[in-house]
Amino acid sequence: MTRRTTPLPKPLLALAAAGALAVLCLLSLAVGARAIPPGQVLATLTGGADAGAGVEAVVWGSRLPRTLVAVLTGAALGLAGAVMQGLTRNPLADPGLLGVSAGAAFGMVLATGVLGVSGLLSSIWFAFGGAVVAAVVVYALGSRGRGGGSPVSLALAGIAVTYLLDSLTGGITLTDPEALDRYRFWSSGSLSGHDGGVVLGVAPFLAAGALLALSVAPALNSVALGDDVATALGHRLGAVRVRAALAVTLLTGAAVAVTGPIVFVGLVVPHLVRMITGPDHRWLLPGSMLLAPCLLLVADILGRVVARPTEIDVSLVAAFLGAPFFIALVRRRRIAEL
Amino acid sequence: MPIIEFSPARIAFRMARPAISGVVRPRLVLVWFALAVVTFLVFCVSVGAGDFPIPLNEVVPALWGDGEPGTLFVMRELRLPRALAGLLTGAAFGLAGALFQAVSRNPLASPDMLGITQGAGAAVAAGVVAGFGAGLGTQALGLAGALAAGIAVYLLAWRRGASGYRIILVGIGVSWMCVSLTSYLLSRAQLHQAQVVLGWLVGNLGNRGWEHVRPTLAGVAVLLPVVLLLTRLQRTLHLGDEVAAGLGAPVQRTRMALLLCGIALTALATAAAGPILFVALAAPQIARRLARAGAPPLTASALTGATLVLVADLISQRVMTDLTLPVGVVTGVLGAPVLLWQLARTGRR
Repeated sequence: MTRRTTPLPKPLLALAAAGALAVLCLLSLAVGARAIPPGQVLATLTGGADAGAGVEAVVWGSRLPRTLVAVLTGAALGLAGAVMQGLTRNPLADPGLLGVSAGAAFGMVLATGVLGVSGLLSSIWFAFGGAVVAAVVVYALGSRGRGGGSPVSLALAGIAVTYLLDSLTGGITLTDPEALDRYRFWSSGSLSGHDGGVVLGVAPFLAAGALLALSVAPALNSVALGDDVATALGHRLGAVRVRAALAVTLLTGAAVAVTGPIVFVGLVVPHLVRMITGPDHRWLLPGSMLLAPCLLLVADILGRVVARPTEIDVSLVAAFLGAPFFIALVRRRRIAEL
Repeated sequence: MPIIEFSPARIAFRMARPAISGVVRPRLVLVWFALAVVTFLVFCVSVGAGDFPIPLNEVVPALWGDGEPGTLFVMRELRLPRALAGLLTGAAFGLAGALFQAVSRNPLASPDMLGITQGAGAAVAAGVVAGFGAGLGTQALGLAGALAAGIAVYLLAWRRGASGYRIILVGIGVSWMCVSLTSYLLSRAQLHQAQVVLGWLVGNLGNRGWEHVRPTLAGVAVLLPVVLLLTRLQRTLHLGDEVAAGLGAPVQRTRMALLLCGIALTALATAAAGPILFVALAAPQIARRLARAGAPPLTASALTGATLVLVADLISQRVMTDLTLPVGVVTGVLGAPVLLWQLARTGRR
């Protein structure tokens, strides 16, 4: 990949991205079934003016947790996608496409639907377990045999595992109408209906995953040059892989446990960031972390505006925006030779 | 005088006038016969099994209209349509899987993961939520959705010719769009509508009458000879685009013919029984291993697919009677070991 120079220095770009994120957060607080002027939102947040009990309840009770969930899960998915693309040297890697999200989701369904585990902090461990198992199976399945490890093989393995888990989930939900009713809202990937406690509950896992991911950035730069070069440069490949996989598991598992699987965010964002910053993972990873929440917020706000007064779930909007990007990416490059 | 060469793996014959030559693989012929016998047996068992059991020695004569009126009625009106639907969809999925795996040269490629089946699902969900699509309407919707999605994948993958890997990846993108459309419609639907759609989405052979089977039978009857005529080209294409072109095969035209047949077969089968996953993935691989062939053998794949669906339907009907799982869930669960087996075996190739 050629490194593209940009006219603007990177710190300035980072600042611009952070500004965009702040504006989108404000928009996300203001837009919805009941529109609230941004000035009034700010006043409510700072507690200055008396905006009325209704506005306060909407902002603090439903929009703020929703926006926080969007920012946290967006950052997690973008970061997870960037790490997976770096680690597997696969431009099509994405937690949703490679089955990791499906594994985490199946863990959640198993925990809540079959084993009767209640509470996010108990069932989240099942999500982590499911993510690990799915990731290992997909990687092993996709990287063996003729053409092994090619993006196409990995993507096929991911889709096969996803559909397998989906049909198992179908078996569980079909035999239990109550589980079906709970599942169909959770699985469509919605940011709404969470309270502040959920955000606080998953924040430590996400923070740990993010730190772990950022710590492997220099090693991922060497991995991009090939396994032999990375070893020669003094990286212990096994340790790097374990740390990166652990980071992906923590980020994806925690994000999926809250919102259900959301595909394509982790795929699209690293590609956009790479166009701006070039392939250096020390910039790519934080950049993806900043840009992914922006994308998720845009998708969420679109979902709220397009079908007013009802809403379209964010994962559906993300898939509708992301799938054409994916198809364009596939058409543009000779992926198989990467 | 024909020249005939014998070896354990193949019998080749060559004649100067008329200029005919050919290769007969005894193992493949043996596999055909064995699979045909197994398929027929499973078919008879599935016709005979039920709340009104018919012993096997009465099933076979009854197939030719020889038996008591009561037995004949149960068989013709209740059992045969379901068993035939299983047989036909299984064969169509097996055949379509063999075509797709040869075209993409990837043992994991299967038409039920590349958007075709998902397009059918989105169309059916839209129909049910919009309030039409009971009975035969569902089948027509499924057929239309599957064909539309399949052709969209092919056209989107076209860029100075369509290559195998691009078809796979574009198919994955299209299938995600269709899946998210389906789940959007599901979240809009009433609970009873959602249950109808989900029941269809896992694949189901229950309540199949002759009116469901006849369109499938007609479609498969038309496509089967066409596909079997393409066998030689399918085997050539499995060698890779460059080699196939070097051997004189019209690569793009062959691929288009094979894919269109595969798309049509998948659409027919999905319309008849819903997306029965993993049959199209597993059947060609099992057949390939049985026949020890390079490319998935077509006839054997079709027979294996039919056997798989019939066995899965028997399991879902008879073994776990208190659960009445749809056949698609059974094939999904049976698919897991096949995937793992694939994982263990592909390392040695």
